[in-house]
Amino acid sequence: MAQKMANVSTSDHVVAAHQAVPAILVADGLVMRFATAEGEITAIDDVSFDVAPGEFLAVIGPSGCGKSTLFNIIGGLLGGYRGRVAVGGETISGPHASIGMVFQEESTFPWRNVVDNVAFPLEIAGVPRRERLERARRFVSMVGLDGFEKRYPSELSGGMRQRVSMARTLASEPKILLMDEPFAALDEQTRLLLGDKVLQIQQELKQTTLLITHNITEAVQLADRILVMSYRPGRVKRIVDINLPRPRTSEIVSSEAFGRYVAQIWGDLREEASRGMVDDEARALHAHDHKHEQKA
Amino acid sequence: MSAAAITARRFTPPVVGFGSAIFVLAAVEFLIRIGLINRFIVPLPSEVAASFGRVIVEEDILHRFLQTAWECSAAGVLLAVFGVVIGAVMHRLPLFRRACETWVAAFASAPLVLAYPLFLVLFGRSALTIIMLAFLSGLPPVILKTLEGLGATRRVLINVGRSLKLTQAQQFRKILFPSALPTIFVGIRLGLIFALINVVGVEFLINFGGLGQLINDLAERYDLPGVYAAITFVILVSVLFFVTTERAERWLRSVG
Repeated sequence: MAQKMANVSTSDHVVAAHQAVPAILVADGLVMRFATAEGEITAIDDVSFDVAPGEFLAVIGPSGCGKSTLFNIIGGLLGGYRGRVAVGGETISGPHASIGMVFQEESTFPWRNVVDNVAFPLEIAGVPRRERLERARRFVSMVGLDGFEKRYPSELSGGMRQRVSMARTLASEPKILLMDEPFAALDEQTRLLLGDKVLQIQQELKQTTLLITHNITEAVQLADRILVMSYRPGRVKRIVDINLPRPRTSEIVSSEAFGRYVAQIWGDLREEASRGMVDDEARALHAHDHKHEQKA
Repeated sequence: MSAAAITARRFTPPVVGFGSAIFVLAAVEFLIRIGLINRFIVPLPSEVAASFGRVIVEEDILHRFLQTAWECSAAGVLLAVFGVVIGAVMHRLPLFRRACETWVAAFASAPLVLAYPLFLVLFGRSALTIIMLAFLSGLPPVILKTLEGLGATRRVLINVGRSLKLTQAQQFRKILFPSALPTIFVGIRLGLIFALINVVGVEFLINFGGLGQLINDLAERYDLPGVYAAITFVILVSVLFFVTTERAERWLRSVG
Protein backbone atom coordinates (compact mmCIF):
# COMPACT_ATOMS: atom_id res chain seq x y z
CA MET A 1 0.00 0.00 0.00
CA ALA A 2 1.62 3.19 -1.27
CA GLN A 3 0.00 5.33 1.35
CA LYS A 4 1.28 3.24 4.19
CA MET A 5 4.10 4.87 6.08
CA ALA A 6 7.40 3.17 6.82
CA ASN A 7 6.68 2.92 10.54
CA VAL A 8 3.35 1.12 10.06
CA SER A 9 4.15 -2.40 11.17
CA THR A 10 2.56 -5.68 10.14
CA SER A 11 3.93 -7.95 12.85
CA ASP A 12 3.43 -8.43 16.59
CA HIS A 13 7.07 -8.20 17.34
CA VAL A 14 8.03 -5.44 15.02
CA VAL A 15 9.76 -2.80 17.02
CA ALA A 16 8.07 0.55 16.61
CA ALA A 17 10.45 2.91 14.84
CA HIS A 18 10.75 5.22 17.83
CA GLN A 19 10.75 2.69 20.69
CA ALA A 20 12.87 -0.34 21.37
CA VAL A 21 10.08 -2.47 22.88
CA PRO A 22 7.62 -4.91 21.29
CA ALA A 23 4.20 -3.52 20.42
CA ILE A 24 1.42 -4.23 22.90
CA LEU A 25 -1.31 -3.64 20.32
CA VAL A 26 -1.10 -4.55 16.66
CA ALA A 27 -3.69 -3.87 13.99
CA ASP A 28 -2.74 -5.67 10.82
CA GLY A 29 -4.41 -5.15 7.43
CA LEU A 30 -7.86 -4.33 8.80
CA VAL A 31 -10.58 -4.15 6.15
CA MET A 32 -14.25 -3.65 6.95
CA ARG A 33 -17.06 -3.54 4.39
CA PHE A 34 -20.72 -2.79 5.07
CA ALA A 35 -23.64 -3.69 2.84
CA THR A 36 -25.95 -0.68 2.46
CA ALA A 37 -28.97 0.15 0.32
CA GLU A 38 -26.62 2.00 -2.04
CA GLY A 39 -24.29 -0.99 -2.34
CA GLU A 40 -21.23 -2.15 -0.48
CA ILE A 41 -19.21 0.50 1.34
CA THR A 42 -15.62 -0.02 2.40
CA ALA A 43 -15.38 1.72 5.76
CA ILE A 44 -11.69 1.00 6.37
CA ASP A 45 -9.18 -0.46 3.98
CA ASP A 46 -5.88 -2.11 4.88
CA VAL A 47 -5.38 -0.23 8.14
CA SER A 48 -2.25 -1.32 9.96
CA PHE A 49 -0.42 0.18 12.92
CA ASP A 50 1.05 -0.78 16.25
CA VAL A 51 1.17 0.78 19.68
CA ALA A 52 4.08 0.42 22.09
CA PRO A 53 3.55 -0.08 25.86
CA GLY A 54 2.95 3.26 27.59
CA GLU A 55 2.50 5.04 24.28
CA PHE A 56 -0.33 7.49 23.53
CA LEU A 57 -1.50 7.12 19.93
CA ALA A 58 -4.22 9.36 18.53
CA VAL A 59 -6.17 8.37 15.42
CA ILE A 60 -7.52 11.39 13.61
CA GLY A 61 -9.59 11.73 10.47
CA PRO A 62 -12.57 13.50 8.96
CA SER A 63 -16.16 12.36 9.58
CA GLY A 64 -16.85 9.17 7.66
CA CYS A 65 -13.25 7.91 7.63
CA GLY A 66 -14.13 4.84 9.71
CA LYS A 67 -12.70 5.97 13.06
CA SER A 68 -15.60 4.54 15.05
CA THR A 69 -15.49 1.33 13.00
CA LEU A 70 -11.82 1.02 13.94
CA PHE A 71 -12.69 1.67 17.61
CA ASN A 72 -15.35 -1.05 17.57
CA ILE A 73 -13.09 -3.56 15.83
CA ILE A 74 -10.19 -3.04 18.25
CA GLY A 75 -12.58 -3.09 21.21
CA GLY A 76 -13.98 -6.39 19.94
CA LEU A 77 -17.52 -5.07 19.52
CA LEU A 78 -17.57 -5.51 15.75
CA GLY A 79 -16.89 -8.69 13.85
CA GLY A 80 -16.91 -9.62 10.18
CA TYR A 81 -13.73 -7.73 9.30
CA ARG A 82 -10.63 -8.90 7.47
CA GLY A 83 -7.22 -8.62 9.06
CA ARG A 84 -6.02 -9.15 12.58
CA VAL A 85 -5.96 -7.40 15.95
CA ALA A 86 -3.43 -8.68 18.48
CA VAL A 87 -2.84 -7.72 22.10
CA GLY A 88 0.51 -8.74 23.56
CA GLY A 89 0.98 -11.15 20.66
CA GLU A 90 -2.38 -12.86 21.12
CA THR A 91 -4.88 -12.48 18.28
CA ILE A 92 -8.23 -11.38 19.66
CA SER A 93 -11.69 -11.85 18.22
CA GLY A 94 -13.99 -10.15 20.69
CA PRO A 95 -13.89 -7.97 23.80
CA HIS A 96 -10.63 -8.53 25.67
CA ALA A 97 -9.84 -7.97 29.34
CA SER A 98 -6.69 -6.07 28.35
CA ILE A 99 -8.65 -3.39 26.51
CA GLY A 100 -10.73 -0.87 28.44
CA MET A 101 -13.14 1.24 26.41
CA VAL A 102 -14.33 4.81 27.00
CA PHE A 103 -17.23 5.67 24.74
CA GLN A 104 -18.15 8.91 23.01
CA GLU A 105 -21.73 8.85 24.33
CA GLU A 106 -22.48 9.34 28.00
CA SER A 107 -22.18 5.84 29.42
CA THR A 108 -22.48 6.07 33.20
CA PHE A 109 -25.18 3.93 34.82
CA PRO A 110 -27.82 6.42 36.03
CA TRP A 111 -29.00 4.06 38.80
CA ARG A 112 -25.55 3.85 40.41
CA ASN A 113 -23.74 6.57 42.30
CA VAL A 114 -20.22 7.63 41.27
CA VAL A 115 -18.30 5.15 43.40
CA ASP A 116 -20.61 2.25 42.46
CA ASN A 117 -20.27 3.15 38.79
CA VAL A 118 -16.49 3.08 39.08
CA ALA A 119 -16.56 -0.16 41.10
CA PHE A 120 -18.69 -1.90 38.45
CA PRO A 121 -15.88 -3.77 36.61
CA LEU A 122 -14.48 -4.92 39.97
CA GLU A 123 -17.93 -6.15 41.01
CA ILE A 124 -18.14 -8.17 37.80
CA ALA A 125 -14.66 -9.54 38.50
CA GLY A 126 -15.90 -10.73 41.92
CA VAL A 127 -13.74 -8.41 44.04
CA PRO A 128 -15.14 -8.25 47.63
CA ARG A 129 -17.27 -5.17 48.31
CA ARG A 130 -14.98 -3.41 50.76
CA GLU A 131 -11.92 -3.87 48.57
CA ARG A 132 -13.65 -2.81 45.38
CA LEU A 133 -15.03 0.35 46.98
CA GLU A 134 -11.57 1.21 48.27
CA ARG A 135 -10.05 0.71 44.85
CA ALA A 136 -12.89 2.60 43.17
CA ARG A 137 -12.34 5.59 45.51
CA ARG A 138 -8.70 5.70 44.39
CA PHE A 139 -9.75 6.04 40.74
CA VAL A 140 -12.48 8.55 41.61
CA SER A 141 -9.79 10.61 43.26
CA MET A 142 -7.46 10.14 40.29
CA VAL A 143 -9.99 11.76 37.93
CA GLY A 144 -10.48 14.61 40.41
CA LEU A 145 -13.94 13.76 41.70
CA ASP A 146 -13.20 13.58 45.43
CA GLY A 147 -16.30 14.46 47.41
CA PHE A 148 -18.67 13.32 44.63
CA GLU A 149 -18.54 9.59 45.48
CA LYS A 150 -22.17 9.41 46.59
CA ARG A 151 -23.59 11.63 43.84
CA TYR A 152 -25.63 10.18 41.00
CA PRO A 153 -24.79 10.92 37.33
CA SER A 154 -27.90 13.13 37.01
CA GLU A 155 -26.31 15.45 39.59
CA LEU A 156 -23.07 15.83 37.61
CA SER A 157 -22.03 17.88 34.57
CA GLY A 158 -21.22 16.25 31.21
CA GLY A 159 -17.47 16.55 31.83
CA MET A 160 -17.77 15.00 35.28
CA ARG A 161 -19.77 12.09 33.89
CA GLN A 162 -17.11 11.42 31.26
CA ARG A 163 -14.53 11.41 34.05
CA VAL A 164 -16.65 8.82 35.89
CA SER A 165 -16.70 6.69 32.73
CA MET A 166 -12.94 7.03 32.44
CA ALA A 167 -12.42 6.12 36.10
CA ARG A 168 -14.67 3.08 35.64
CA THR A 169 -12.60 1.92 32.69
CA LEU A 170 -9.34 2.56 34.55
CA ALA A 171 -10.65 0.61 37.56
CA SER A 172 -10.53 -2.56 35.49
CA GLU A 173 -6.80 -1.83 35.08
CA PRO A 174 -6.67 -2.48 31.34
CA LYS A 175 -3.36 -2.72 29.54
CA ILE A 176 -4.74 -0.54 26.77
CA LEU A 177 -7.13 2.37 27.22
CA LEU A 178 -9.25 2.81 24.09
CA MET A 179 -11.14 6.10 23.89
CA ASP A 180 -13.61 7.15 21.20
CA GLU A 181 -13.91 10.95 21.16
CA PRO A 182 -14.68 10.99 24.89
CA PHE A 183 -14.80 14.79 25.06
CA ALA A 184 -16.63 15.41 21.78
CA ALA A 185 -19.78 16.66 23.49
CA LEU A 186 -17.93 19.10 25.77
CA ASP A 187 -17.01 22.75 25.31
CA GLU A 188 -13.47 23.67 24.30
CA GLN A 189 -12.31 24.92 27.72
CA THR A 190 -13.58 21.80 29.51
CA ARG A 191 -12.02 19.69 26.81
CA LEU A 192 -8.58 21.30 27.33
CA LEU A 193 -8.81 20.91 31.10
CA LEU A 194 -9.88 17.28 30.81
CA GLY A 195 -6.97 16.82 28.42
CA ASP A 196 -4.73 17.90 31.31
CA LYS A 197 -6.39 15.28 33.48
CA VAL A 198 -5.81 12.59 30.86
CA LEU A 199 -2.14 13.59 30.55
CA GLN A 200 -1.75 13.49 34.32
CA ILE A 201 -3.35 10.02 34.54
CA GLN A 202 -1.30 8.71 31.64
CA GLN A 203 1.84 10.03 33.30
CA GLU A 204 0.88 8.42 36.62
CA LEU A 205 -0.16 5.00 35.29
CA LYS A 206 2.11 4.85 32.22
CA GLN A 207 -1.13 3.85 30.53
CA THR A 208 -1.03 2.75 26.90
CA THR A 209 -3.75 4.78 25.24
CA LEU A 210 -5.42 4.81 21.83
CA LEU A 211 -7.55 7.90 21.31
CA ILE A 212 -9.95 8.22 18.40
CA THR A 213 -10.70 11.88 17.69
CA HIS A 214 -11.50 14.41 15.03
CA ASN A 215 -10.04 17.27 17.07
CA ILE A 216 -6.53 18.24 15.93
CA THR A 217 -5.71 20.31 19.04
CA GLU A 218 -6.74 17.48 21.32
CA ALA A 219 -4.67 14.96 19.37
CA VAL A 220 -1.51 17.12 19.41
CA GLN A 221 -2.00 18.07 23.07
CA LEU A 222 -2.20 14.44 24.20
CA ALA A 223 -0.45 12.10 21.79
CA ASP A 224 3.04 10.75 21.21
CA ARG A 225 2.06 9.84 17.65
CA ILE A 226 -0.87 10.78 15.48
CA LEU A 227 -2.24 8.47 12.84
CA VAL A 228 -3.98 10.51 10.14
CA MET A 229 -6.71 8.68 8.22
CA SER A 230 -7.99 9.40 4.75
CA TYR A 231 -11.66 9.95 3.94
CA ARG A 232 -13.70 6.90 2.89
CA PRO A 233 -12.40 4.30 2.54
CA GLY A 234 -10.41 4.99 5.70
CA ARG A 235 -6.73 4.30 5.11
CA VAL A 236 -3.59 5.26 7.01
CA LYS A 237 -2.51 8.47 5.29
CA ARG A 238 0.38 9.39 7.55
CA ILE A 239 1.73 8.78 11.03
CA VAL A 240 3.18 11.88 12.68
CA ASP A 241 5.54 11.72 15.66
CA ILE A 242 4.77 14.47 18.17
CA ASN A 243 8.03 15.49 19.75
CA LEU A 244 6.63 17.84 22.36
CA PRO A 245 8.15 17.63 25.86
CA ARG A 246 6.47 15.60 28.61
CA PRO A 247 5.01 16.06 31.16
CA ARG A 248 2.65 18.28 29.21
CA THR A 249 -0.24 20.50 30.22
CA SER A 250 -2.77 22.45 28.21
CA GLU A 251 -0.30 25.37 28.26
CA ILE A 252 1.48 23.58 25.43
CA VAL A 253 -1.22 24.78 23.03
CA SER A 254 0.31 28.27 23.03
CA SER A 255 3.78 27.05 21.98
CA GLU A 256 5.14 27.56 18.48
CA ALA A 257 5.93 23.85 18.02
CA PHE A 258 2.33 22.97 18.89
CA GLY A 259 1.10 25.35 16.21
CA ARG A 260 3.43 23.80 13.64
CA TYR A 261 2.08 20.30 14.37
CA VAL A 262 -1.52 21.50 14.16
CA ALA A 263 -0.76 23.17 10.80
CA GLN A 264 0.97 20.05 9.49
CA ILE A 265 -1.90 17.76 10.44
CA TRP A 266 -4.50 20.18 9.16
CA GLY A 267 -2.58 20.19 5.87
CA ASP A 268 -3.05 16.41 5.69
CA LEU A 269 -6.65 16.50 6.82
CA ARG A 270 -7.85 19.45 4.78
CA GLU A 271 -7.92 17.55 1.49
CA GLU A 272 -9.70 14.59 3.17
CA ALA A 273 -12.25 16.78 4.93
CA SER A 274 -12.97 18.57 1.61
CA ARG A 275 -13.54 15.23 -0.10
CA GLY A 276 -15.90 14.27 2.70
CA MET A 277 -17.83 17.50 2.37
CA VAL A 278 -18.16 17.16 -1.43
CA ASP A 279 -19.27 13.57 -0.98
CA ASP A 280 -21.88 14.53 1.65
CA GLU A 281 -23.24 17.29 -0.60
CA ALA A 282 -23.43 14.92 -3.58
CA ARG A 283 -25.28 12.35 -1.48
CA ALA A 284 -27.73 14.95 -0.14
CA LEU A 285 -28.35 16.16 -3.71
CA HIS A 286 -28.85 12.60 -4.94
CA ALA A 287 -31.30 11.88 -2.10
CA HIS A 288 -33.18 15.09 -2.93
CA ASP A 289 -33.39 14.24 -6.67
CA HIS A 290 -34.43 10.67 -5.86
CA LYS A 291 -37.25 11.95 -3.64
CA HIS A 292 -38.51 14.26 -6.39
CA GLU A 293 -38.33 11.47 -8.99
CA GLN A 294 -40.40 9.25 -6.70
CA LYS A 295 -42.98 12.02 -6.22
CA ALA A 296 -43.20 12.55 -10.00
CA MET B 1 -30.20 25.47 51.04
CA SER B 2 -31.16 26.09 54.68
CA ALA B 3 -32.73 23.41 56.91
CA ALA B 4 -36.00 25.37 56.98
CA ALA B 5 -36.08 25.52 53.17
CA ILE B 6 -35.41 21.76 52.91
CA THR B 7 -38.23 21.05 55.39
CA ALA B 8 -40.57 23.36 53.49
CA ARG B 9 -39.64 21.66 50.21
CA ARG B 10 -40.35 18.24 51.72
CA PHE B 11 -43.68 19.01 53.36
CA THR B 12 -45.18 21.52 50.93
CA PRO B 13 -46.42 18.96 48.32
CA PRO B 14 -48.39 16.78 50.82
CA VAL B 15 -49.79 19.88 52.54
CA VAL B 16 -50.89 21.34 49.18
CA GLY B 17 -52.33 17.95 48.16
CA PHE B 18 -54.27 17.56 51.39
CA GLY B 19 -55.46 21.17 51.20
CA SER B 20 -56.65 20.66 47.61
CA ALA B 21 -58.65 17.55 48.62
CA ILE B 22 -60.29 19.49 51.48
CA PHE B 23 -61.08 22.32 49.08
CA VAL B 24 -62.71 19.97 46.54
CA LEU B 25 -64.76 18.23 49.25
CA ALA B 26 -65.88 21.62 50.63
CA ALA B 27 -66.86 22.71 47.11
CA VAL B 28 -68.86 19.47 46.58
CA GLU B 29 -70.55 19.96 49.98
CA PHE B 30 -71.47 23.49 48.98
CA LEU B 31 -72.78 22.45 45.52
CA ILE B 32 -74.93 19.70 47.07
CA ARG B 33 -76.31 22.03 49.75
CA ILE B 34 -77.38 24.64 47.17
CA GLY B 35 -78.95 21.86 45.08
CA LEU B 36 -76.64 21.92 42.05
CA ILE B 37 -75.66 18.27 42.70
CA ASN B 38 -78.40 15.75 43.52
CA ARG B 39 -77.84 14.51 47.09
CA PHE B 40 -79.58 11.20 46.23
CA ILE B 41 -76.72 10.45 43.81
CA VAL B 42 -73.79 12.04 45.61
CA PRO B 43 -74.04 12.14 49.40
CA LEU B 44 -72.74 15.08 51.41
CA PRO B 45 -69.00 14.66 52.15
CA SER B 46 -69.80 15.49 55.79
CA GLU B 47 -72.26 12.52 55.87
CA VAL B 48 -69.61 10.28 54.30
CA ALA B 49 -67.10 11.41 56.95
CA ALA B 50 -69.65 10.73 59.67
CA SER B 51 -70.32 7.23 58.30
CA PHE B 52 -66.69 6.08 58.66
CA GLY B 53 -67.06 5.17 62.31
CA ARG B 54 -70.20 3.11 61.59
CA VAL B 55 -68.64 1.33 58.59
CA ILE B 56 -65.46 0.54 60.54
CA VAL B 57 -67.28 -0.77 63.64
CA GLU B 58 -70.30 -2.50 62.12
CA GLU B 59 -69.02 -3.82 58.79
CA ASP B 60 -65.84 -5.63 59.87
CA ILE B 61 -63.82 -3.28 57.65
CA LEU B 62 -60.37 -4.42 58.77
CA HIS B 63 -61.05 -8.01 57.73
CA ARG B 64 -62.54 -6.92 54.40
CA PHE B 65 -59.70 -4.44 53.77
CA LEU B 66 -57.12 -7.15 54.45
CA GLN B 67 -58.94 -9.65 52.20
CA THR B 68 -59.05 -7.23 49.25
CA ALA B 69 -55.45 -6.18 49.91
CA TRP B 70 -54.35 -9.82 50.09
CA GLU B 71 -56.11 -10.80 46.84
CA CYS B 72 -54.65 -7.76 45.15
CA SER B 73 -51.16 -8.51 46.54
CA ALA B 74 -51.31 -12.09 45.28
CA ALA B 75 -52.41 -10.89 41.84
CA GLY B 76 -49.72 -8.18 41.97
CA VAL B 77 -46.93 -10.64 42.74
CA LEU B 78 -48.12 -12.98 39.98
CA LEU B 79 -48.41 -10.26 37.37
CA ALA B 80 -45.03 -8.75 38.30
CA VAL B 81 -43.24 -12.11 38.09
CA PHE B 82 -44.99 -13.47 35.01
CA GLY B 83 -45.23 -10.10 33.27
CA VAL B 84 -41.52 -9.35 33.59
CA VAL B 85 -40.49 -12.91 32.67
CA ILE B 86 -42.77 -13.02 29.60
CA GLY B 87 -41.65 -9.51 28.60
CA ALA B 88 -37.99 -10.50 28.95
CA VAL B 89 -38.49 -13.67 26.91
CA MET B 90 -40.29 -11.70 24.18
CA HIS B 91 -37.46 -9.17 24.17
CA ARG B 92 -34.90 -11.97 23.85
CA LEU B 93 -36.80 -13.72 21.03
CA PRO B 94 -37.64 -11.11 18.37
CA LEU B 95 -39.75 -13.55 16.33
CA PHE B 96 -41.87 -14.35 19.39
CA ARG B 97 -42.19 -10.62 20.04
CA ARG B 98 -43.27 -9.83 16.47
CA ALA B 99 -45.72 -12.73 16.56
CA CYS B 100 -47.34 -11.89 19.91
CA GLU B 101 -46.98 -8.21 20.77
CA THR B 102 -50.14 -7.15 18.95
CA TRP B 103 -52.11 -9.93 20.63
CA VAL B 104 -50.88 -8.87 24.06
CA ALA B 105 -51.85 -5.25 23.32
CA ALA B 106 -55.29 -6.39 22.14
CA PHE B 107 -55.66 -8.54 25.27
CA ALA B 108 -55.09 -5.41 27.39
CA SER B 109 -58.37 -3.89 26.19
CA ALA B 110 -60.45 -7.07 26.57
CA PRO B 111 -63.22 -6.78 29.22
CA LEU B 112 -61.95 -9.88 31.00
CA VAL B 113 -64.20 -9.34 34.02
CA LEU B 114 -67.16 -10.48 31.90
CA ALA B 115 -65.56 -13.93 31.74
CA TYR B 116 -66.06 -14.40 35.51
CA PRO B 117 -68.57 -17.28 35.06
CA LEU B 118 -65.87 -19.24 33.22
CA PHE B 119 -63.42 -18.57 36.05
CA LEU B 120 -66.08 -19.67 38.58
CA VAL B 121 -66.32 -22.96 36.72
CA LEU B 122 -62.52 -23.31 36.60
CA PHE B 123 -61.60 -22.23 40.12
CA GLY B 124 -64.88 -22.33 42.07
CA ARG B 125 -66.37 -19.52 44.17
CA SER B 126 -63.09 -18.78 45.87
CA ALA B 127 -60.38 -16.18 46.23
CA LEU B 128 -58.49 -18.00 43.49
CA THR B 129 -61.11 -16.96 40.92
CA ILE B 130 -60.70 -13.33 41.94
CA ILE B 131 -56.89 -13.52 41.99
CA MET B 132 -56.66 -15.22 38.58
CA LEU B 133 -59.02 -12.75 36.94
CA ALA B 134 -57.16 -9.81 38.46
CA PHE B 135 -53.79 -11.31 37.49
CA LEU B 136 -54.77 -11.85 33.86
CA SER B 137 -56.33 -8.39 33.60
CA GLY B 138 -53.18 -6.71 34.89
CA LEU B 139 -50.70 -8.83 32.92
CA PRO B 140 -50.65 -7.07 29.49
CA PRO B 141 -49.40 -3.64 30.67
CA VAL B 142 -46.56 -5.30 32.61
CA ILE B 143 -45.50 -7.33 29.55
CA LEU B 144 -45.75 -4.34 27.21
CA LYS B 145 -43.90 -1.96 29.53
CA THR B 146 -41.18 -4.56 30.22
CA LEU B 147 -40.67 -4.88 26.47
CA GLU B 148 -40.59 -1.11 26.09
CA GLY B 149 -38.13 -0.64 28.95
CA LEU B 150 -35.74 -3.38 27.84
CA GLY B 151 -35.91 -2.20 24.22
CA ALA B 152 -35.13 1.39 25.25
CA THR B 153 -31.89 0.48 27.03
CA ARG B 154 -29.23 2.71 25.50
CA ARG B 155 -26.89 0.88 23.12
CA VAL B 156 -23.83 2.39 24.77
CA LEU B 157 -24.73 0.84 28.16
CA ILE B 158 -25.03 -2.57 26.51
CA ASN B 159 -21.65 -1.96 24.85
CA VAL B 160 -20.11 -1.14 28.25
CA GLY B 161 -21.31 -4.57 29.39
CA ARG B 162 -20.00 -6.23 26.24
CA SER B 163 -16.61 -4.55 26.60
CA LEU B 164 -16.40 -5.97 30.14
CA LYS B 165 -17.33 -9.43 28.82
CA LEU B 166 -20.52 -9.77 30.84
CA THR B 167 -22.42 -13.01 30.40
CA GLN B 168 -25.99 -12.84 29.04
CA ALA B 169 -27.35 -13.28 32.57
CA GLN B 170 -25.08 -10.53 33.96
CA GLN B 171 -25.96 -8.26 31.05
CA PHE B 172 -29.65 -8.70 31.93
CA ARG B 173 -29.27 -8.44 35.71
CA LYS B 174 -26.72 -5.64 35.85
CA ILE B 175 -27.63 -3.47 32.85
CA LEU B 176 -30.86 -4.25 31.00
CA PHE B 177 -33.06 -4.81 34.04
CA PRO B 178 -31.96 -1.80 36.14
CA SER B 179 -32.10 0.40 33.05
CA ALA B 180 -35.64 -0.77 32.26
CA LEU B 181 -36.80 -0.70 35.89
CA PRO B 182 -38.58 2.70 35.86
CA THR B 183 -40.58 1.70 32.77
CA ILE B 184 -41.29 -1.79 34.17
CA PHE B 185 -42.64 -0.21 37.34
CA VAL B 186 -44.94 2.02 35.30
CA GLY B 187 -46.32 -1.25 33.87
CA ILE B 188 -46.59 -2.85 37.32
CA ARG B 189 -48.50 0.16 38.68
CA LEU B 190 -50.85 0.09 35.69
CA GLY B 191 -51.25 -3.67 36.14
CA LEU B 192 -52.05 -3.20 39.83
CA ILE B 193 -54.72 -0.63 38.99
CA PHE B 194 -56.34 -3.09 36.55
CA ALA B 195 -55.97 -5.86 39.14
CA LEU B 196 -57.57 -3.82 41.94
CA ILE B 197 -60.49 -2.80 39.74
CA ASN B 198 -61.04 -6.47 38.87
CA VAL B 199 -60.65 -7.69 42.46
CA VAL B 200 -63.29 -5.26 43.72
CA GLY B 201 -65.47 -5.84 40.65
CA VAL B 202 -65.47 -9.64 40.99
CA GLU B 203 -65.96 -9.46 44.79
CA PHE B 204 -68.97 -7.28 43.98
CA LEU B 205 -70.28 -9.66 41.28
CA ILE B 206 -69.82 -13.00 43.06
CA ASN B 207 -70.55 -11.65 46.54
CA PHE B 208 -67.37 -13.14 47.96
CA GLY B 209 -66.18 -11.01 50.89
CA GLY B 210 -63.77 -8.09 50.67
CA LEU B 211 -64.52 -4.44 50.00
CA GLY B 212 -66.37 -5.24 46.74
CA GLN B 213 -68.97 -7.27 48.60
CA LEU B 214 -69.31 -4.53 51.22
CA ILE B 215 -69.95 -1.92 48.51
CA ASN B 216 -72.60 -4.24 47.05
CA ASP B 217 -74.24 -4.75 50.47
CA LEU B 218 -74.26 -1.05 51.29
CA ALA B 219 -75.61 -0.16 47.83
CA GLU B 220 -78.45 -2.66 48.22
CA ARG B 221 -79.28 -1.06 51.58
CA TYR B 222 -79.14 2.30 49.80
CA ASP B 223 -76.54 3.47 52.33
CA LEU B 224 -74.87 5.99 50.00
CA PRO B 225 -72.51 7.58 52.56
CA GLY B 226 -71.43 4.04 53.54
CA VAL B 227 -70.79 3.15 49.87
CA TYR B 228 -68.54 6.18 49.45
CA ALA B 229 -66.77 5.43 52.74
CA ALA B 230 -66.11 1.86 51.51
CA ILE B 231 -64.82 3.24 48.19
CA THR B 232 -62.41 5.38 50.22
CA PHE B 233 -60.97 2.16 51.67
CA VAL B 234 -60.50 0.82 48.12
CA ILE B 235 -58.53 4.00 47.40
CA LEU B 236 -56.50 3.29 50.55
CA VAL B 237 -55.61 -0.16 49.17
CA SER B 238 -54.46 1.57 45.99
CA VAL B 239 -52.36 4.08 47.98
CA LEU B 240 -50.83 1.20 49.92
CA PHE B 241 -49.76 -0.49 46.69
CA PHE B 242 -48.36 2.68 45.19
CA VAL B 243 -46.24 3.28 48.30
CA THR B 244 -45.09 -0.36 48.27
CA THR B 245 -44.15 -0.34 44.58
CA GLU B 246 -42.29 2.95 45.00
CA ARG B 247 -40.24 1.47 47.85
CA ALA B 248 -39.66 -1.76 45.90
CA GLU B 249 -38.46 0.21 42.88
CA ARG B 250 -36.08 2.29 44.99
CA TRP B 251 -34.71 -0.85 46.66
CA LEU B 252 -34.25 -2.72 43.39
CA ARG B 253 -32.44 0.26 41.83
CA SER B 254 -30.13 0.47 44.83
CA VAL B 255 -29.12 -3.19 44.48
CA GLY B 256 -28.99 -3.11 40.65
